[in-house]
Amino acid sequence: MKALEPLLFELARPGRSGGHVRADGSAEIPTSFARRAPLRLPELTEPQVVRHYTHLAQLNYAVDTGMYPLGSCTMKYNPKVNDRVAGLFADLHPRQSYRLTQGVLALAYELEQMLVKITGMDFVSLQPAAGAQSEFTALLVFKAYHAKRGQAAQRRRIIVPDSAHGTNPASAAMCGYEVTTVKSDARGNVDLEALRAALGPDVAGFMLTNPNTLGLFEERVREVCDAVHRAGGLVYGDGANMNALLGIARPGDLGFDCVHINVHKTFSTPHGAGGPGAGPLCVKAHLRPFLPKPWIVREADGSYHYDTAREDRDPETVGDSIGTIKQRLGNFGVLARAYTYMKSLGDEGLVETSEDAILAANYLLARLRPTYQVAYDRTPMHEFVLTAAPQKKKGASALDIAKGLIDEGFHPPSVYFPLIVAEAMMVEPTETEPKETLDAFAEAMLRVAERAGTDPESLHQAPLRAPLRRLDEVSAARKPVLKWKLPS
Amino acid sequence: MSTVPDDLRYSKEHEWVRLAGDTATIGITHFAQDQLGDVVFVELPKQGSTVRQYASLGVVESVKAASDVYAPLSGEVIERNVKVIESPELVNKSPYQDGWLIKVRLADKGELEKLLSPDDYRSHIGETAPSGG
Amino acid sequence: MGRNPYSPHTDEDRREMLATIGTRNIDELITAIPADARRPRIGIGPGLSELEVQRHLEGLAALNVRAGDTAFFIGGPIQRRYIPAAVPVLALRGEFLTAYTPYQPEVSQGTLQAVFEYQSLMAELLAMDVVNSSMYDGGSAVAEAAFMAVRLTGRKKVVVATEVDFTYRRTLRTYARGPEIEIVEVPSAQLAASAAGAACLIAQHPDAFGTLVDVRAIADAAHAAGGLCVQVTEPHACALLEPPGALGADIAVGEGQPLGITMSYGGPHLGIFACREALVRQMPGRIAGQTLDANGTRGFVNTLQTREQHIRREKATSNICTNEALAGITAAVYMSLLGPAGLRAAARSGVARAHALAARLAAIPGCAIANDGPFFDRFTLRTRLGGWALRSALLDRRVQVEATAAHYLDGKRAGRDDVIIQCTELTSDGDADALVDAVSALMRTGAAAMAS
Repeated sequence: MKALEPLLFELARPGRSGGHVRADGSAEIPTSFARRAPLRLPELTEPQVVRHYTHLAQLNYAVDTGMYPLGSCTMKYNPKVNDRVAGLFADLHPRQSYRLTQGVLALAYELEQMLVKITGMDFVSLQPAAGAQSEFTALLVFKAYHAKRGQAAQRRRIIVPDSAHGTNPASAAMCGYEVTTVKSDARGNVDLEALRAALGPDVAGFMLTNPNTLGLFEERVREVCDAVHRAGGLVYGDGANMNALLGIARPGDLGFDCVHINVHKTFSTPHGAGGPGAGPLCVKAHLRPFLPKPWIVREADGSYHYDTAREDRDPETVGDSIGTIKQRLGNFGVLARAYTYMKSLGDEGLVETSEDAILAANYLLARLRPTYQVAYDRTPMHEFVLTAAPQKKKGASALDIAKGLIDEGFHPPSVYFPLIVAEAMMVEPTETEPKETLDAFAEAMLRVAERAGTDPESLHQAPLRAPLRRLDEVSAARKPVLKWKLPS
Repeated sequence: MSTVPDDLRYSKEHEWVRLAGDTATIGITHFAQDQLGDVVFVELPKQGSTVRQYASLGVVESVKAASDVYAPLSGEVIERNVKVIESPELVNKSPYQDGWLIKVRLADKGELEKLLSPDDYRSHIGETAPSGG
Repeated sequence: MGRNPYSPHTDEDRREMLATIGTRNIDELITAIPADARRPRIGIGPGLSELEVQRHLEGLAALNVRAGDTAFFIGGPIQRRYIPAAVPVLALRGEFLTAYTPYQPEVSQGTLQAVFEYQSLMAELLAMDVVNSSMYDGGSAVAEAAFMAVRLTGRKKVVVATEVDFTYRRTLRTYARGPEIEIVEVPSAQLAASAAGAACLIAQHPDAFGTLVDVRAIADAAHAAGGLCVQVTEPHACALLEPPGALGADIAVGEGQPLGITMSYGGPHLGIFACREALVRQMPGRIAGQTLDANGTRGFVNTLQTREQHIRREKATSNICTNEALAGITAAVYMSLLGPAGLRAAARSGVARAHALAARLAAIPGCAIANDGPFFDRFTLRTRLGGWALRSALLDRRVQVEATAAHYLDGKRAGRDDVIIQCTELTSDGDADALVDAVSALMRTGAAAMAS
């Protein structure tokens, strides 16, 4: 079989060894418990392993190699100093006493305060490990809030817009809620009449991304929040698109009861080939009692501790908290990077971040608008959605255009999302791409559009300049091969 | 242009029914498989279970979509097509023959009234000219 | 200009861009925002230079006492282990670190093959059929396993052993509030007898206290009652102990941090999630699979995606999107560097040290090893001081251990106020001496105090 790079298993030979750890001391494992199953892990030397992963790395497109305009993902530059300082906190265990981790608690406490100021909320839980876990956490908080008011059994429905990320309905279902979808109106906003019709005494809450997944600010966001509140529901803010709002607008001023932050988007922590992230949940005061525990307390003398009487006490025995979603302070190593970024930028730098993100998106849209069709053509915030429906009619789909862009040397935008736009291409340039790169990307998009008109067939063959041609995803799903099959 | 055989009945959710006595063979239409793309997985109810009209009886999946199959009729599942579970591509290659999904013993013949004729189904999918099977 | 050090635009660039847009300033682009909500002051202060921020963070870090600054015996799911030099050099390369989910497989083969290799290595270690690309951590993996068992069985009760680590049980109980799954906690010894009506039995082996658990009997009981067996495990233990797949576990979960990932005060880490092949359609999370490209060259893609939220939305097997893929890659680099011999050696070192240390401590008057049976690389030490008091007293002597109190719902359990001693290949002779000396001294003074 032809391959770009052999698998570890194919490079291995019995007897090779890295010599990183040698056994010292003897350990008797009771025979009834000892491993009898073979352990056929590959045996390799360190130079082989280094070359293998170096070769693999070279097959990847990444922010460090080029512009990555993946809409809704905020693939901005990830500053290297953040990674280095995170290493200062590497040798700390979450079960160490608070007395020995005052630096961690000081950092986390200040980070909470910074997020309060940026979002206009009152309190923060740093525990959720990612946006989706934060959504789930917030819905547990909603459930606990309604339960406290004797309405848990009654309020069993969550409403989401049809433009929502898939995580929103998935989180609601995971939390035991029924999901109702409301449509968007002609301007790309939540259809307020449809929302009002869907609201009722059985609604626990509404989940709204703002700016929404079309990159558009909800023009009637306060009316939307008011309508939900009048029906006794709560409004969840999906903060996936906070990169447009730093010093521009605060969810807390717009009617949201809570909002999560994707620090791996807005606050520059690296996306790590799919993760890790961190998803702090910021809430208004009325939801605070239900936040995950423990909470950090700052004493007048500037020392910090956790709020539980004894630091190992089970949080479920304390107040109305939903409990623990992820121990202590969640993905602290990611949060330390975000903190560093925020300290580096300060007030003016954060405002400039969102201004430049909005500027870049509008500039790119201005260059592409004459050629591509815009899904909902009004002024976007930090990202915008095109539809390749006209190109599709000529024979080149959004997928073909994406693959054509790969041959132009760019990572494609998000395609086929949001679901409400046919042949969607969602472009988020971020604030860290220089104008000349934005221009080069625009010109690549225009060249691909030209090919779509004159020679769509050639785009079906794309990519030709990537490490691989198009992959057979149908066979991969029909006859899944999910691990290396050891020769029997 | 989708094929819509004249000897079958249809549902708005794009299932077809072939009747033989009180046994109904059920599958998804040519139009449905075309919309879905290459089918990679089919999940069907067990033999002996019952399906209810308009309720989900199973799922057909492509790489990027999963689609519920709704029972056009109620009844007991007397056979399921094991070949289509093994080779989901049969739904694409032969939606009306080898790609059938289940056979059901009809519980209520009255439900047949609620199904679409071939002409009704053609206009439902926006195709007017009969194209035969 | 220059307020955001990572923003590349000159004032001239900005003017040109605004002109192309056809607007005078940014304010004209944000008129959809209610006027009174526009441009709030942030108030976090001015930005710092890289040098200043580095110093500031060093100052904060200096307020911590690192694990390695003391004799360190805290462990459990998160363990202080040796990380070979090549691990961060490779896993944290920018091409892995700054890529995202491999939505475009043609330009993401590095990630996809590395994840496929992680799945393969972990499947071999656990002797399980299928491994996903990662969950957030061990705790969320346990909760997702319970949810998966509920979906597969249609039952809404889950029985978990009280000897499962407390962070896992806390997360499980929190998650279970959503779909209102009944969580019953019973001692491991009663788990098998509690299988009736349960979607799954959840056992940890080795358990939170280090004790070895007979998972086979638990799996048999779960299966006989029509439920599933979920085994919580630890990767190094699987190198020496019969792995979950050989013990009858249907789902195996755990924390992968010990495989070359820094402790970092609790994350980012690696949720291990594995299951039998027949259950894969209900598995949460991303999975990489092998296929061919249009030229017949082997390549890898994310597959079985119809399980996932971006396609199935409210019918998805989980809401997980961003995961811990980089931690999975890190674990794969670690396993490929150590190989089977190195992994066994690291595991064996912890076991050997734990047993040698336990023997020394047991010889001190007033001390006893309190495990209910044979233990692995950590053990439970009981003294007449009580666990919490001993932990605090040791802290004053720069020895860090974990008290068992956290493992019990109300902070207590009759006769079980102990400390847990975790050993790894990083536990030095000096650390062991420090612990033995400190406990000896405390027992003498404690005895003197009692006598007086």
